[in-house]
Amino acid sequence: MLSRVAESVFWMNRYIERAENYSRFIDVNHQLSLDLNEEVPNQWLPLVHTTGDYELFAKKYSEPTPVNVIRFMTFDEENPNSIFQCLSKARENARTIRENISTSMWEVLNEFYLYVKNYRKLYMESTEEHGDTLSIDLSDFLSTVRKSCQSFYGCTDATISHDEVWNFALLGRFLERADKTTRILDMKYFILLPSVHDIGSTLDLLQWLSLLKSASAHEMYNRKYKKIDPTDIAEFLILNDTFPRSIIFCIQEMQEALEKISGLKEGLPRNSAQDATTVYLNRLRSENIKSIFDKGLHEYLDDIQIELNQIGAKIVERFFTN
Amino acid sequence: MFIADYSAKNIYDEMFSNEGFPRKSYDFVKTKMESLGGIELIKRSSSAERALMSLGITFTLYGDGGEQERIMPFDVIPRIVPSEEWISIEKGLKQRILALNLFLNDIYSERKILKDKVIPSEIIDSSTGYLKQCMGLKPPKDIWIHITGTDLVRDGAGAFHVLEDNLRCPSGVSYVLENREVMKRTFPELFEKLNIRQVYDYPYHLRSMLENLTDVSDPVIAVWTPGVYNSAYYEHSFLAQKMGVYLVEGTDLVVENHKVYMKTTKGLRKVDVIYRRIDDTFMDPSSFREDSLLGVKGIFEAYKRGNVALANAPGTGVADDKVIYSYVPKIIKYYLGEDPIIPNVPTYLCSEESDLKYVLDNIHNLVVKAANGAGGYGMIIGPKSTKQEQEDFKELIKADPRNYIAQPVLNLSTVPTLISDKIESRHVDLRPFILYGKDVYVMPGGLTRVALRKGSLVVNSSQGGGSKDTWVLG
Repeated sequence: MLSRVAESVFWMNRYIERAENYSRFIDVNHQLSLDLNEEVPNQWLPLVHTTGDYELFAKKYSEPTPVNVIRFMTFDEENPNSIFQCLSKARENARTIRENISTSMWEVLNEFYLYVKNYRKLYMESTEEHGDTLSIDLSDFLSTVRKSCQSFYGCTDATISHDEVWNFALLGRFLERADKTTRILDMKYFILLPSVHDIGSTLDLLQWLSLLKSASAHEMYNRKYKKIDPTDIAEFLILNDTFPRSIIFCIQEMQEALEKISGLKEGLPRNSAQDATTVYLNRLRSENIKSIFDKGLHEYLDDIQIELNQIGAKIVERFFTN
Repeated sequence: MFIADYSAKNIYDEMFSNEGFPRKSYDFVKTKMESLGGIELIKRSSSAERALMSLGITFTLYGDGGEQERIMPFDVIPRIVPSEEWISIEKGLKQRILALNLFLNDIYSERKILKDKVIPSEIIDSSTGYLKQCMGLKPPKDIWIHITGTDLVRDGAGAFHVLEDNLRCPSGVSYVLENREVMKRTFPELFEKLNIRQVYDYPYHLRSMLENLTDVSDPVIAVWTPGVYNSAYYEHSFLAQKMGVYLVEGTDLVVENHKVYMKTTKGLRKVDVIYRRIDDTFMDPSSFREDSLLGVKGIFEAYKRGNVALANAPGTGVADDKVIYSYVPKIIKYYLGEDPIIPNVPTYLCSEESDLKYVLDNIHNLVVKAANGAGGYGMIIGPKSTKQEQEDFKELIKADPRNYIAQPVLNLSTVPTLISDKIESRHVDLRPFILYGKDVYVMPGGLTRVALRKGSLVVNSSQGGGSKDTWVLG
């Protein structure tokens, strides 16, 4: 497989995964804001912090109003991570590797892109006409985005050979997903409660619940745990090795994909990306949630992100540049 | 509104004779279209367009507003070539390809045709398509032009003529295949009833032709594209996908020890055959244009040593120079001892003094084209131009007569075409695709390009042309 193609497959999947995560973040936050009364502080800024794009946001928008945050994360073409930009780039990557993917994958992605592009146009026209408004059916749009991402995954699973292209797709998808899960968990760090007395309050629980929903983990969490508890939630999203959005699950998948890409069976030497992933996976397996909280959840999540970046850099170095 | 009102007088129309009766080959199609009615036809037409949009079958236009991705306008009324006409077109194209290939072999080796004074040698040496670096070259199996797209037009009397040969990187075959898929969805009832010759196996013919270029068993084959911003990028990836081969850009390739390798996730991998969709002079900055950013250093030397096969061979451009085009009937006669089966369009060479005078005096009645122009650029259509444009163009010709040819304005044939909610007559040409491998294969049909503007004779997609599915019956 060409290095350039591997890189494009990897990024195509990262962008799709990112778009899916963003659509869930925004939707959950939107729903949450509808549940809250006016005395509760603004809930939209933490979302921007979560994505790591606060500086860019602050440069362009004066206030973290719902409309501004939504526009920034959804349709802003100057935000390289907005849903619209993710889709544009995913599709551009797909265009450069069309001969490696199936026509049905391309069709799903192309139609998806056209949908987002067209919706964006309507949104822009509508805000121009009616001022800043959320009158368009945002939830419907975000839900279509999620479904389209999922049908892209489904289509990928069902229509291309599970060979190198496939494994690079998984690598991109799970690296991005692990990163986004750390950011979801970290969101709670940025959400300020009105006062310390509110810890454990309804509002606090509501926030933790929406965080679970942002990771699409609410239902699976409920099957395993009986109540909303921060420690349990963190344990579930970091260390549960059967839930597809937990950190450990993502790393497992990456490790497996790397083993297949490197072709251990063909007797090729191991490489640094593979080694780093294996070492890290073993470390995660030996962790428990108590030690994580002892260290401090926010600091621990920072460490994970650094670890993921290092693995990512090794992948780039080993496979994409030569 | 409908087909009954259609009129195409004083011209050769593909569907209707001058008396207004449908030609035999169109009988069924005409009846069917009438029974469907206008509303249904428009409905099917827009659903066909939606399908093309979903499939992302687009090309890129460069203009003031930056680059724009467009769908090639597609018309649902097919162009039909009756089988008896096709038989002769097929023969004529094979004859032409064989002769042009012998010509290329000769030009780059013994140059007998020049010594025998059939063609003046200065015409060859001054052709921009002639690459002196290819002198003495022996391509695998002596084949130079593996893939050809020859443009055919009908004159006022309905006779086919060759308008030009495209021997370097002819585009459009992907539209032929995609148009056909869309047409099968749009008019299944026509396909059930008529015996339309299929085209879907073109990529298999192309692949086996490419395999024929090497003795390596199970060769690594790649289509070489200038990249995603090239206007024909869609076609490059389409062909690679349909053939199941690699699609590479210059930066994916590297030459070591005069062998060509591509950069893969498992290291370098040798490439045996390359179908290149990049111009000759951009292929190798160490042999041709030094400023080429698309090229691969050393690839020409690797080719000369027989370590990689290239399709089409470098240097073929000399044979589709529009001046040399005018000699093709003589070329056919010289190498094959036959008369051309498909005639050329009469052509004036501005490098000849008497022709030049005629062209300058009659520019308002002629089409004048640059010898190496393509895509409808570098030309003037006399009757459609202003006095000033004619004067300006005359200066261009006088400054470089070798670079210009002129032809009478052909009244290209027309086909009924759906224009918003009416059926109107529009001019068309035809580009069949020919592969030269073990044998010469002519794809039945080809790309019918249609000039969508009323009265326009320019069919190029870069100039707003569209396309139609082409049916060979029988």
